[in-house]
Amino acid sequence: MRRFLQPILAAAVGLALGLSFTWFAGENPWHVLRILGKSAFGSGYDIGMTLFYTTPLIFTGLAVAVPFQAGLFNIGAEGQLTLGALAAAAVGAVCPAVPWPVAPVMAGLAAFLAGTIWGAIPGWLRAKRGSHEVINTIMLNFIAAGIASYVTLYLLKNPDTQNPETRPVGAGYLIHQFTMSGGAPLSTALPLAIVVAGLVWILLWRTVVGFEMRAVGQNEAAARAAGIDAGRMRILAMALAGGLAGLVGVGEVLGNAGKFRLGFSPEYGFMGIAVALLGRNQPVGVVAAALLFGALHKGTADLDLETEHVTREVSLILQALIILSVSAEGLWSWMRKRAES
Amino acid sequence: MSPVETTAAVELCGLTKQFGNVLANAGVNLRVEPGTIHGVIGENGAGKSTAMKMLYGIFPPDAGEIFVNGQKRVWHSPADAIAAGIGMVHQHFMLAGPYTALDNIVLGAEPVRLGVIERKKARTRLEELSRQYGLPVDLNRSVEELPVGVQQRIEILKLLYRDAKVLILDEPTAVLTPQETNILFQHLKMLRDEGKTIILITHKLREVMAFTDHVTVLRAGKVTGEMPTAQTNPQELANLMVGRKVVLTVDVPAAQPRGEAALEVTGLSLAGAAGSRHKLTDIRLSVKRGEILGIAGVEGNGQSELLQAILHPHEPRCRTSGSVTVLGVDITLWPAAKIRDLGVAVIPQDRQQEGLLLARPVSENFLLGLQRSPAFSRAGILSLGKLRAAALPAIEEYDVRPRELAIPAGKLSGGNQQKLVVAREFQRKPRLLIAAQPTRGVDVGAIEFIHNRIVLARDGGAGVLLVSFELDEILTLSDRIMVMYEGRIVAEFRRGEVSERELGLKMAGS
Repeated sequence: MRRFLQPILAAAVGLALGLSFTWFAGENPWHVLRILGKSAFGSGYDIGMTLFYTTPLIFTGLAVAVPFQAGLFNIGAEGQLTLGALAAAAVGAVCPAVPWPVAPVMAGLAAFLAGTIWGAIPGWLRAKRGSHEVINTIMLNFIAAGIASYVTLYLLKNPDTQNPETRPVGAGYLIHQFTMSGGAPLSTALPLAIVVAGLVWILLWRTVVGFEMRAVGQNEAAARAAGIDAGRMRILAMALAGGLAGLVGVGEVLGNAGKFRLGFSPEYGFMGIAVALLGRNQPVGVVAAALLFGALHKGTADLDLETEHVTREVSLILQALIILSVSAEGLWSWMRKRAES
Repeated sequence: MSPVETTAAVELCGLTKQFGNVLANAGVNLRVEPGTIHGVIGENGAGKSTAMKMLYGIFPPDAGEIFVNGQKRVWHSPADAIAAGIGMVHQHFMLAGPYTALDNIVLGAEPVRLGVIERKKARTRLEELSRQYGLPVDLNRSVEELPVGVQQRIEILKLLYRDAKVLILDEPTAVLTPQETNILFQHLKMLRDEGKTIILITHKLREVMAFTDHVTVLRAGKVTGEMPTAQTNPQELANLMVGRKVVLTVDVPAAQPRGEAALEVTGLSLAGAAGSRHKLTDIRLSVKRGEILGIAGVEGNGQSELLQAILHPHEPRCRTSGSVTVLGVDITLWPAAKIRDLGVAVIPQDRQQEGLLLARPVSENFLLGLQRSPAFSRAGILSLGKLRAAALPAIEEYDVRPRELAIPAGKLSGGNQQKLVVAREFQRKPRLLIAAQPTRGVDVGAIEFIHNRIVLARDGGAGVLLVSFELDEILTLSDRIMVMYEGRIVAEFRRGEVSERELGLKMAGS
């Protein structure tokens, strides 16, 4: 029970800290909290937007959590989701005539595959060459951004606009958008994300491969001694993580924009690290944490407009404090465990 | 010399210490007469080290008192204990390798004038001490060049240099050859005759019987016996340690080796780093099904490398040349998983490093390595029900306590962790069993149990490769014995053909 209560409590402490910070900035914290709540959940549209932001965060949270279970730290979700979205848009732009429902499945697979490749590279480098995945995923983020710019601006440029974006995908590619959310671009990508989280849970806790991945993450020497191929598990975990991040493209390209727009992601990949951390690297926790961060993202967007002193930066401080208190909570329980032993 | 008349060198009265839910010491009373060697014996987790750490000021008791020479003392740190003449040699030496013996001994208590260490003064003093107590040490050599036995002597000199009257030695013989052990005890006797008091923490009955004047037995944080050594015997001590009657030596019936080899290793070598000697040199050995081959040797003479080479032969960092055949199949280029699937069980040298997922529940640890077996998974999906159904009776049979599948393996005591590993590995119905230090840190009672299991596996037709640093274990179990020294096999004997002394000499490389 405490396992679930503690992160919630820590998040609340971080929120309280952040709100008291707005008091220093000259605002009434209670007022700020109300704006936050109203802006995140005040209307059907607001809820829709919150859930719209939640969707990619579930994918990127999982993309960090899975490698973490295998003892790896994936900082590369941003690059993986960029290429995933680009691949989905490219398929839709190059073969626009494919009919529904083959088209979205095809584009979704392309997004997954592109992310998989981008995740497998640092996994392979770690397994076979021993070079650290943190460094490699960071560098691959830059390369992915470069590739995305080149493809968008030179190969698939949308001739009808000045915006840096690709040609639109064919009509058969678009997936269902929920109408109850008052115009928010909330699509079937959200249920897909929740189903995928369930599949990841099954993988981690009910399959041989998941067990072997976690064994490598827990104690590589023991896993190796038990005959588990640690290198293969590392590559697999990173490839899967990349694929999960790539699925962000489904919501963005097929469920929202209908094309790839440079800079569409407000760093979903890095927020995924916080989501995984808060969610204890468990699929269920990731979904809950993604909802919290989705709400924060939506809520703080309006703070800038509706208050005098709370700017976008202050709202970033608010998010940062929540992340800090959550990780400090982890630190705290770790210290208590140490004191016990 | 009646104890009532003399003042005890050290006396512990009702020492109590609790860690979390564990009562490590529950009212421990211990009286050590001056000028004696006093053995403190007990199983792992009996509270020997806890009591000694309180005596040495590493942590304070929750309750109880410490008397030194009849005076009540309270320590705030080991420095207080050292100042009162109590010194401790830890199981793992606290030496700075590249420094000379001299510098190591004076480190922290250097005679200094105007900021300069007066090495000459220290040397004169140390040469005197070394003569007085018969502890020869070359003071100019750097410590890492010296053999372990000499390093231990340096640790003892360190205490004498600080005027220690009471010397606590924690499992001092764990890393020594039998010869070095004998020399150590000669030195300890000499120290005693010069008026020092020695407290010897150990779990080896033989050492207590041979070298102590007095013995105190601890079990589960309590003193269960105290007597002059001359008035007791190993069987009584063992019973007091375990709390029930134990069989000290497993009677091993003669082996009935079959024709076919379970394991064959030829020309196995592993190059060391450039410039250093080979870690393994041309190892050739064969284990028949139905026999136990024991590898004797002092720790660090290539045993771990040999095991890694057999289990991961295709990895270049484990093997540079030679071949390995298991059950008639050349597995030299095979990955570990395929090798294990031939029916190879492994009890690793270090259960925490190589055997267990400490943070994960007992059930998952039981599954580790068996997850692909059809007994526990189908089409890649784990059958948790089958796992439970198999694991519960197994931990019952192998007496893993508590009988609880959900608690993390790291919460089990060392002995129970070892039994869990053994329980798991025997699920494989091994045809080749590789057992490295199978009873390291395990209680007397569990040793009996694990030894019986190994013999049972042998009689069931498994070939057993046993690697152990414990001579008793090697001599009891092995049908054949090979001695490893500096990465080579330097001698081979059959059961009963070799004396402990001779084996010890070979282990020391002579």
